[in-house]
Amino acid sequence: MLPEGNWITRAPNLRRKAILLAKVQDEGGHGLYLYSAAETLGVDRTELLSQLHTGKAKYSSIFNYPTLSWADIGAIGWLVDGAAIMNQTVLARGSYGPYSRAMVRICKEESFHNRQGYEIMMTLAQGTPEQKAMAQDALNRWWWPAVMMLGPSDDKSPNSDQLMRWKVKLESNDAIRERFIDRTVPQAEFIGLKVPDKDMKFNEKTGHYTHGEINWDEFFEVIKGNGPCNAKRLKDRVEADKKGRWVREAATAYAAKQAKEREIA
Amino acid sequence: MEDTQWPVWEVFVQGNPGIPHKHVGNVHAPDAEMAIQNARDVYTRRSEGISIWVVPSNAISASSPEDQGAFFEPSNDKPYRHPTFYKIPDGVKYL
Amino acid sequence: MNIQEAKFQYLLRLGDSSLIIGHRLSEWCGHGPILEEDIALINIALDFVGNATSLLAYAGQIEGKGRDEDALAYLRDEREFRNLLITEQPNGDFASTIARQFLFDTYMFFLYEDLKNSKDETVAAIAVKSHKEITYHLRHATEWMLRLGDGTTESHERLQSGLNDLWMFTSEMFDMDEVDAMLIKEGFAPDLNKVKTAWEKRVKEVIAEATLQIPTSTFKQKGSKEGKHTEYLGFLLAEMQYVHREYPGAKW
Repeated sequence: MLPEGNWITRAPNLRRKAILLAKVQDEGGHGLYLYSAAETLGVDRTELLSQLHTGKAKYSSIFNYPTLSWADIGAIGWLVDGAAIMNQTVLARGSYGPYSRAMVRICKEESFHNRQGYEIMMTLAQGTPEQKAMAQDALNRWWWPAVMMLGPSDDKSPNSDQLMRWKVKLESNDAIRERFIDRTVPQAEFIGLKVPDKDMKFNEKTGHYTHGEINWDEFFEVIKGNGPCNAKRLKDRVEADKKGRWVREAATAYAAKQAKEREIA
Repeated sequence: MEDTQWPVWEVFVQGNPGIPHKHVGNVHAPDAEMAIQNARDVYTRRSEGISIWVVPSNAISASSPEDQGAFFEPSNDKPYRHPTFYKIPDGVKYL
Repeated sequence: MNIQEAKFQYLLRLGDSSLIIGHRLSEWCGHGPILEEDIALINIALDFVGNATSLLAYAGQIEGKGRDEDALAYLRDEREFRNLLITEQPNGDFASTIARQFLFDTYMFFLYEDLKNSKDETVAAIAVKSHKEITYHLRHATEWMLRLGDGTTESHERLQSGLNDLWMFTSEMFDMDEVDAMLIKEGFAPDLNKVKTAWEKRVKEVIAEATLQIPTSTFKQKGSKEGKHTEYLGFLLAEMQYVHREYPGAKW
């Protein structure tokens, strides 16, 4: 919720403000659905959050990049949510019920996110020269992180093998990445933007694009915690959790008092 | 006081009048009223419902996967419980 | 002042209040005390932004100078905003936010109940839609008043102090001037004295049930009807308007 939450108070008009609010709200919901799926496995949300806050649990590398202009909101919806859909539609067909059910709901909502993002980019690309430059700059910065967020190549991915054997995950990272690129490059061209990969070429023989080399060192550094925003994102979450503690306690205390009163009555 | 994320409540939403409430997921809430509000905010943002039930998760008892064979398979060979099992001549009406 | 100007002013008062309090609530995004509450606060913020959009769009039409809702929201300066002072007050802790929402939601609940009977069809239609939303907002705020007021010692103290700090901004909600007088006569707007009676009764009841005290301060801060705001509004607008203003005439 945090990278995009940054821009809610600065959204350039009322329509965009409402859309972004609804979008970021969905993201909060997605966190909730997934924690909820994990809870059916017997892990308490308190435990899951504490793993996040202490850096033990990993979250997607993508959220550690900064959102520097309004166009980033478009780029995230279009590219990041677009990549997420590729990943999640595969997961929605997976073998673990609570997880795949959560994914079905999430995919429906991501489709709205994806479209609103593309609409922002299209509007900017067709706008003033400054707006178009803003859109291209956002694409330049978000392209590689989005390509990377689909996970390391099959030979570098530590969990893929097992998840695929369990049929939680049905396709390899590279296969999903290929589909993402095949669909996204023409979308960029359609609105007159250029993907920042000079080696990107369409291969007539295979019917797929081939992409330039991915900087996996950056990816693993960010996952390790050395991304531009890791520290700030975690600090924000830990602080919100700390500041919320007395609120959660108050509601618990009130519920206990009410339950006691009902007992007496 | 120990910090918690509040108890878990299972959420059931009725989509239209006359159809059953369907399980949609869960929410955390300190009590029933807040559980209903949270369920409304989390699960009915896209006109999914007209009525909400919430039930404390720990109040639900479930059959276990190991019971599947003993519980449900014995009914498979009793087709005589279904109306389609019986052959009625074409001429007979209202049956 | 002619009737058209009065209507324009009145719609700005309603629309700006919703816009600014919605903006404040949206600042909670990602920082709420628990995930569920984060989502709830954004739902409420969204209702306010939607309500503001309808009202400002209508204000622009009434004004007839070609300003749409975005021009009104993004291209006016601090002194031209007409939102109630309470709506621009910073979020503070969760208790201050709940206190602000409760005091304002109760006001809006009774105000819009009367606005549903406005002789102006557009205003009445907006009020009918918004009143359903505000009914939920008030329920949400009231339930939190009870839980924080009668929760722990800490939550009780925090909420009481939130109420005390905001109390001085409540009396201007019911001030009436030339604009109100003209529009009451037209059947466009309700008499705020009636709203005040209902507000006082409800606020007293909930404060008592939440084991809190009615604040004792008698100072009444006012000024929003003439665009005299607290210092907080300028910073809020600077943040809200900067992208829009940075690229004049651009479409988003």
